[in-house]
Amino acid sequence: MSEVSLRKIVKSFEGDVQAVKGIDLEINDHEFVVLVGPSGCGKSTTLRMIAGLEEVTSGEIWIGGDVVNDVPPRDRDIAMVFQNYALYPHMSVFENMAFGLKLRKFPKDEIRRRVDDAARMLDIETLLDRKPKALSGGQRQRVAMGRAIVRNPKVFLFDEPLSNLDAKLRVQMRTEIKKVHQMVPTTTVYVTHDQVEAMTLADRVVVMNHGVIEQVGAPQELYHNPQTRFVAGFIGSPAMNFMNCRLEEAAGALRVRLSDTLAFPVPASRTARYRSYAGMSNLVLGLRPEHITESRPNVVPDQHDFDVKIDVVEPMGMETLVYFTIEGVTVSGRVNPNAGATAQQPMKLRADLGNMHLIDDSTGKVL
Amino acid sequence: MTAVTAAAGASAKKPKVGSLERQRRWTMRGTYLALCVFVVIFLIPPFYMIMTSLKSSAEISAQKGNPWIAQSPTLDNFVYLITNDQFQRYFLNSAWVTGLEVIISMTIAILAAFSLSRMGFKGSQVISTGVFLTYLVPPSLLFIPLFQLVGNLGLINNTWVLVLLFPTLAVPFCTWIMIGYFSSIPKELDEAALIDGANYPQILLKIFIPVAMPGIIAATIFAFTVGWGAFLYPLAYLYSADQAVLTVGIVRELIRGDVFAWGTIMAACVIGAAPPIIIYTFLMDYYVAGLTSGATKG
Repeated sequence: MSEVSLRKIVKSFEGDVQAVKGIDLEINDHEFVVLVGPSGCGKSTTLRMIAGLEEVTSGEIWIGGDVVNDVPPRDRDIAMVFQNYALYPHMSVFENMAFGLKLRKFPKDEIRRRVDDAARMLDIETLLDRKPKALSGGQRQRVAMGRAIVRNPKVFLFDEPLSNLDAKLRVQMRTEIKKVHQMVPTTTVYVTHDQVEAMTLADRVVVMNHGVIEQVGAPQELYHNPQTRFVAGFIGSPAMNFMNCRLEEAAGALRVRLSDTLAFPVPASRTARYRSYAGMSNLVLGLRPEHITESRPNVVPDQHDFDVKIDVVEPMGMETLVYFTIEGVTVSGRVNPNAGATAQQPMKLRADLGNMHLIDDSTGKVL
Repeated sequence: MTAVTAAAGASAKKPKVGSLERQRRWTMRGTYLALCVFVVIFLIPPFYMIMTSLKSSAEISAQKGNPWIAQSPTLDNFVYLITNDQFQRYFLNSAWVTGLEVIISMTIAILAAFSLSRMGFKGSQVISTGVFLTYLVPPSLLFIPLFQLVGNLGLINNTWVLVLLFPTLAVPFCTWIMIGYFSSIPKELDEAALIDGANYPQILLKIFIPVAMPGIIAATIFAFTVGWGAFLYPLAYLYSADQAVLTVGIVRELIRGDVFAWGTIMAACVIGAAPPIIIYTFLMDYYVAGLTSGATKG
């Protein structure tokens, strides 16, 4: 029983800066939840409030069925992994991992057993006698995780644990964290600004912006059904294209017009949903780069070819990114490397309107 | 005209290749020259002190031969001092006063610095600055008001007065060094310890003190120097021989009227200077590391 529940949590700092503006969040037992958002969105503050390192201005934090607002960090039965590892520099790896257990007066053989088990799981058995400064970044992060695991806490908290690692190691450690969570399915709250980390690790992703929760959902759900322009733009790499558009109605059918010369028919399945917005200004068409591909000879419903002049071509190996301009806005597409995309040359592309998102620019809501 | 042409020709023959190397060479020469001057200025007095301590009174008063070299070196002066009850008392007085002063100063400084740099209470910034400001008041201005204070406490001519007063000189600067050092310890370290289950005293004892050891050693050396080398306060507050400490004792005991026992005075100085020199020699690296870390983070 180690659910975490945040109820109307507000955090204000001195000078009336509201870092967190009343968020509600239920995290289930054994669940891996990732808080993601740009810097300054309040995700780290939220995590630190769960840890007890920041006081809550108003609202309630529940861990395992108890309100913990006034419980000091050491009595919350949580473990935290920090971005800069925060290993005790004067202690060996073993002592680092055993520190929490020693303070809690565990018997020596129990400490030894738990540290050995965690070390085996994290593949750091041979490093137990070393000091942190003799370890690489990846090894240090494993030790920091080991220190959390040996305590067998109710909740694991991760504060951007991979940000200090190089790109390759980050991917490797990401898998490692996932593996550990499969072996030790403790409730986990994980903070990152990297949406790829969020998508790959999370059971559920919580997207935050300006101190509020924009959307909570499974990674695929956020990807395919974003509820706001912010989530649509934040999740996915390269980011979703946003193009100003107009919705035209003619003979019962809807068309989304991007420029005087470019307009696409809205899929029939969405006509009813969008009809009331016809003629409205302030509309934005959201289309992910993977839904703008090279033209193909076959005809597919809701996919329409159009002609553009390519500005920039970025070969990525397994795919090629192409950039072009519509009404002054740079738009990206993902095409087959063999499709013959060339900079400054015209190209026929295909837009998959079946995956379009229509956004009300004034509210930022996806319609 | 000719001169200009010649100069141009010379520069054409010698292109400025390796000028960085040449610049470096000149910088090194300048550095060594400056260091030589520095060494001469600072090492001549101790050298002369050691030489004189090895001379007999007869040799000193004879004023013949090279005064920089002891013609017939002798340890008589040292033997005399080491076997002299009075001198032993001065040395022991200095030792226990300084020892206690260091313990008291460092205990106060570490606790103060920890709370000022980590507890984050209201006004901690102001107090930090205030601590340093007290260090700027010259001790020579304080000893007259302090005399009255000490008199009221009935501690005039009692060595314990120094145990009370020396920390007032050492604590501000030691606290300042420790604040700088503690501030350089990442905040996550105490947060990790808090979550691991430590309380603040445990964080101080098990994390901060071991991690800040270079800073603590630097501050300890400073506190030791303050107590060991102090002259003004012992001179002002202690007048009988059995209460005096080394610095004052040397002057009182070995200068009788206008008779200066130079050999013995110098030997006493060598013995008096030995403890700080030994401590500095072994802990120099820590001292520098501690001071510079405090300097950049303070």
